[in-house]
Amino acid sequence: MIDWPHYASEEGFVAGLAGPLGWYYLGVAALNLGAMWYALRRRRSRLEAVVWALMGMAFAGLGGLAMSGHPLVLPEWLKDACDRALGPVTFTLGAMAGLVIFYLGRRVLVQPLVSWTALNVSLLLMGASMTDPDFARTVSRPDNVPIVGMVYLLAFFTWLGTAQAVRNDERLRRGQGPVEAGFTDKVLVWPDVVYIELIGAIVATVVLVVWSLLIPAPLEEPANPAVTPNPSKAPWYFLGLQEMLLYFDPAVAGVVLPALIILGLMAIPYLDPNPRGSGYYTVDQRRFGWAVFLFGFLGLWILLILIGTFMRGPNWSFFGPYEPRDPHKIAAATNIKLCEYFWAVWLGRGVPRVPPESGGLQKLGIILWREIAGLTLTCAYFVVLPAVLARTALRRMRQAMGRARYWLMILLLLMMLMLPLKMILNWTAHLSYIVSIPEYSFNL
Amino acid sequence: MSLGKKLRNSQLWRSIFRHPAPLDRRNRVAVMLTNFVLHLHSVSAKKNSLRFSYTWGMGLITLYLFLVEVITGVLLMFYYRPTIECAYNDILALRDVVSFGVVREVHRWAAHAMVITVMLHMFRVFLTGSYKAPREFNWVIGVLLLVLTFLLSFTGYLLPMDQLSMWAITVGSNMARATPLVGHEGPGHQLLTLGGVDMITSRSDARLMLLGARTVGQEALNRFYVLHCVALPLVATFLVGLHLWRVRKDGGISGPVAVGDGRQTGAVGGEAS
Repeated sequence: MIDWPHYASEEGFVAGLAGPLGWYYLGVAALNLGAMWYALRRRRSRLEAVVWALMGMAFAGLGGLAMSGHPLVLPEWLKDACDRALGPVTFTLGAMAGLVIFYLGRRVLVQPLVSWTALNVSLLLMGASMTDPDFARTVSRPDNVPIVGMVYLLAFFTWLGTAQAVRNDERLRRGQGPVEAGFTDKVLVWPDVVYIELIGAIVATVVLVVWSLLIPAPLEEPANPAVTPNPSKAPWYFLGLQEMLLYFDPAVAGVVLPALIILGLMAIPYLDPNPRGSGYYTVDQRRFGWAVFLFGFLGLWILLILIGTFMRGPNWSFFGPYEPRDPHKIAAATNIKLCEYFWAVWLGRGVPRVPPESGGLQKLGIILWREIAGLTLTCAYFVVLPAVLARTALRRMRQAMGRARYWLMILLLLMMLMLPLKMILNWTAHLSYIVSIPEYSFNL
Repeated sequence: MSLGKKLRNSQLWRSIFRHPAPLDRRNRVAVMLTNFVLHLHSVSAKKNSLRFSYTWGMGLITLYLFLVEVITGVLLMFYYRPTIECAYNDILALRDVVSFGVVREVHRWAAHAMVITVMLHMFRVFLTGSYKAPREFNWVIGVLLLVLTFLLSFTGYLLPMDQLSMWAITVGSNMARATPLVGHEGPGHQLLTLGGVDMITSRSDARLMLLGARTVGQEALNRFYVLHCVALPLVATFLVGLHLWRVRKDGGISGPVAVGDGRQTGAVGGEAS
């Protein structure tokens, strides 16, 4: 089992890390040596080999330093700046900007020199950050370790898929077929496939057993209904839903949106009218579908899991990566409904009240009048906007898809976009609900 | 005659395996057709479906992790009793007393890993456009399997009955209170009344159906245990079978499909087989 140092003092903590961090850096150095060998033997690129050798040596040096008790430590000012800069708004917008940059610059970013360097930088930052007790505590919680692994796996596979797409797109532009078309020969399943399955099973078993020997499964105090932990977190794969609870009514965040996510995922094959890009990696031949899926999968789903896992602390406050999890952190908790903005702030009048004795139609009338701004906005967003788009920017798509498919697709898409919109409105304008009818427990 | 050959020619061997050793082409075909376990596969496969960079191997690893979960899950069931009094102590004993005390670790980490591999598998299938015709419906089954993976993981989360499980399930199941119409805090629950009496209260709503009580306790533990160990694995096994069968019937693991719009992708032939 990994013996994590105790957190009694920062110096003691760093000293206790000497061994594990030293081995970590040496491991990264070995990784770079592997990359050097690959660059020489398979890619036949001297430049890459030299760069990886230098980086490997640098990491080996860092490993030596760490083992002698002087690991690389991030300066306090940098950590403070990081914590101050990383709020929910910058984190979310930054991640989305990152996706846009990845899309636009994919031809450069998937080049081995760039992507392998990015991996090295992230591993270096990871190592240096582990000397921070708050960072280390968050990252090394047993149930959070898989998420760290998931981040690296996702980065790797996003790279792998996009690199092949970039290569295929170049070939397709030159009128050649995709790389995959060169592998249509058939082989017998025995022995080729069966042996791959056996090897895969052995590798997976080794990984699982080593992981299980190193990290014990978490077990806390016995369940006690009288003691509520702060924060109470759902399992990590549901943290996206828990995060959505901040911006939506529980009925929407916990029931309606998850149902729509599942239905929307199932509907993908029936909503994608594009016959191209079937059975090979490509971006150019299916830009719209590619962008929508990566935005929804990486930009919303994974991002919210990461926020919920690493950034949320006591009282569900947002914490920077190096910030102590202070249960007394003060966060503004103002929540203003759109109807309050509309009547009280912009028109300078009182919000219309529903008299308690009013019933039936009169009550409904007053409620609708009170929510007139939100209802108009919702209607404009879900009805007028798609109709306008169908005649302008998305006209070709509307024609290709037909009416029913187009409307289903656009409504699901707008629902999805509502999430980041509401997140940002909530953080910047403290807006809670666009339409709020507590009389019928309905909030949007 | 070598010992191996003698063994393979024995009556016992030939009664178990319905084909000679797969050493030549003819018998390599025969083994796939006549062996119950292997007949999930087709006899031959496109080279493309063997490339790691194309498939990422994630579907295969997911299936393997599911098998690991079944086996370790059965082992854990030998020791674990789903009652408020015993559950936590049985987990402690699994860690401290039982020989080879990493079975729970393997079970838990394989569960986490399975959630991740399922998501990566979906990601790959999307990136290669493999959900396109004729595989649309298999994508739908795949989404159902993703949901089942979440549900299996979620129901298992409660079983240790420690603070982590109890409050995670409390947070998760509280959302059911807000189900439209059938949750006692959900929109429209006011509409379901009978003779002026509310039909949907905290004693009769969707959350109560899930937990069997108004808080996470013995009833919830029992329900989650049965769901986790019996009901959901049965459904998952059926859907996994259907999923794999469809992979074969829809033409094996996907490969390039040429589109007749002038922009040839260079692929030869379609996917019909």
